[in-house]
Amino acid sequence: MNEYKEISFNGLWKNNPALVQLLGLCPLLAVSGSVVNALGLGLATLLVLVGSNISVSLIRNAVSDAVKLPAFVMIIASFTTCTELLMQAFTYELYQILGIFIPLIVTNCAILGRADAFACKNKLIPSILDGFAMGLGFMLVLVAIGAIREILGTGIIFGNMHLLFGEAARSWQISLFGENYKGFLIAILPPGAFLVTGLLIAVKNIIDAHMKKRAAAKSKSPATRSKRVRTTDNTA
Amino acid sequence: MAFIKASSPHAHQVGNTGTVMLMVLAACIPGILALTVFFGAGVLFNIVLTSLFCLGFEAAALKLRNRKLSFYLKDFSAILTAVLLAIALPPYAPWWLLLCGAFFAIVVAKQLYGGLGFNPFNPAMIGYIVLLISFPLEMTQWLSPEGFAHVSIGDGLAQVFSGQALSQIDGYTAATPLDVIKQNNTLLLENIYAQNSLFSQASWAGLGWEWVNLGFLLGGLFLLYKKVFTWHAPVCMLLALTILSALFYDGGSSSSTGSPLLHLFSGGTMLGAFFIITDPVTSSTSNRGRMIYGALAGVLVFLIRAWGNYPDAIAFAVLLMNFAAPFIDYYTRPRTYGHKKAHIGINKKP
Repeated sequence: MNEYKEISFNGLWKNNPALVQLLGLCPLLAVSGSVVNALGLGLATLLVLVGSNISVSLIRNAVSDAVKLPAFVMIIASFTTCTELLMQAFTYELYQILGIFIPLIVTNCAILGRADAFACKNKLIPSILDGFAMGLGFMLVLVAIGAIREILGTGIIFGNMHLLFGEAARSWQISLFGENYKGFLIAILPPGAFLVTGLLIAVKNIIDAHMKKRAAAKSKSPATRSKRVRTTDNTA
Repeated sequence: MAFIKASSPHAHQVGNTGTVMLMVLAACIPGILALTVFFGAGVLFNIVLTSLFCLGFEAAALKLRNRKLSFYLKDFSAILTAVLLAIALPPYAPWWLLLCGAFFAIVVAKQLYGGLGFNPFNPAMIGYIVLLISFPLEMTQWLSPEGFAHVSIGDGLAQVFSGQALSQIDGYTAATPLDVIKQNNTLLLENIYAQNSLFSQASWAGLGWEWVNLGFLLGGLFLLYKKVFTWHAPVCMLLALTILSALFYDGGSSSSTGSPLLHLFSGGTMLGAFFIITDPVTSSTSNRGRMIYGALAGVLVFLIRAWGNYPDAIAFAVLLMNFAAPFIDYYTRPRTYGHKKAHIGINKKP
């Protein structure tokens, strides 16, 4: 059980594909202009990631090292095509808005990275969990950036949600600053994506540093521990 | 790419940072006076408000970074940034515009990178460009030199603090000379010069702007005389701009990009040439590097003015060249004392 906890923590926080590994930045920066775009692409990536991790884990003993990478890419491409067709069928408008970035999921290094680094070395259940945690971590960051950029850039949040959730979601839109808000255009333009991503990474680093400090203070306080034990703690 | 430190011999110091910044501030005065005469007291409000905001942000950022407040605030760099930003903004700009510009100039462009001396980009220009991209309506409407007389100082202040841009008062705003030339594609230049009061009442380049640029030219020459910077970058920039605009002048047809005189004495040319691209932190460090830096900035200014989307181009040209400055430095390392040849790059053997 502890292993699963660690896998989830890795994907969602400690080794987050968007904030720590900085993988898949192209879709992260390009489609995070609004929550609905971010959520759409995040869900698609999550689906492909879980699917590819399952398949790769299942065939991991049948595929030789020489053809490993081409096989992974084929698997990922198949899942991406499925996802693309699904989106075309059920969320056609969103499919048109996201455009080239859906097929580009194939080239998202986060997916190939997980296949190569985790799924081809682990059993099925941990691989599924890893794909889900990594995909969810990526999607959450994507949605957070999308939300910040949408709020700053247009003054509303959850606009156009009907593209993903059907007509009932049309009313989800919330206007935060009233009618007179002019919109801080740079937030929706490409520079805004870089600025917001950079700030999110900074916030994560601050939280990490804070947690490290607290953990260090905690481990220090019991004075009964011997010196030798503490040194091994540090080197480990 | 590694940032290369300038090699010896190091330039003789004019004084400490504070005195140099004060001297540059003093050199801005003729240009600011000209701006105030032609565009009204709104220019001064911009400067005062932006300075207050910039000092506030600088103090807050220094406090967060655990730096000594008094030492860093006294070097006047924040005020200089504020002044350079404020004179680039339209007079009587609404307060939130100034606040936003000051935030991006001081906090994002300067302090996040490590404060004065560590900023790869010119803070004032970052502030200006963020505003220009985000609020195009507020940023491109200048009071016309004739219109400002109709705006009383009280009205102006009311506009500043109600948060409405002055551009919403009809008839007091006008395009700048560069705008007029850019929008034109049907009239011969001489017809524009005869019809448009911006040119017909002007002496040689464009009502108001010619004197503003002359003011900044004077200030720049004073700084050159005081050896605050070398002649290389400004001269090369103005030269490149002159040559290119002369080449594409084509005798003043309807598709002309404007005469060299217009390009030299309108918009932010002189401000850019003497106060922006000479920034010691963000520009090239060797003399040869400065010449290349300045000339390329001049080329970019002309390219963007002639075929770009925005009427003036100083800020974009400067930022693009800031990107290129470390690269230029890499290839223009000066010969060090005791060596016959300059070393190109880092790892080559002598």
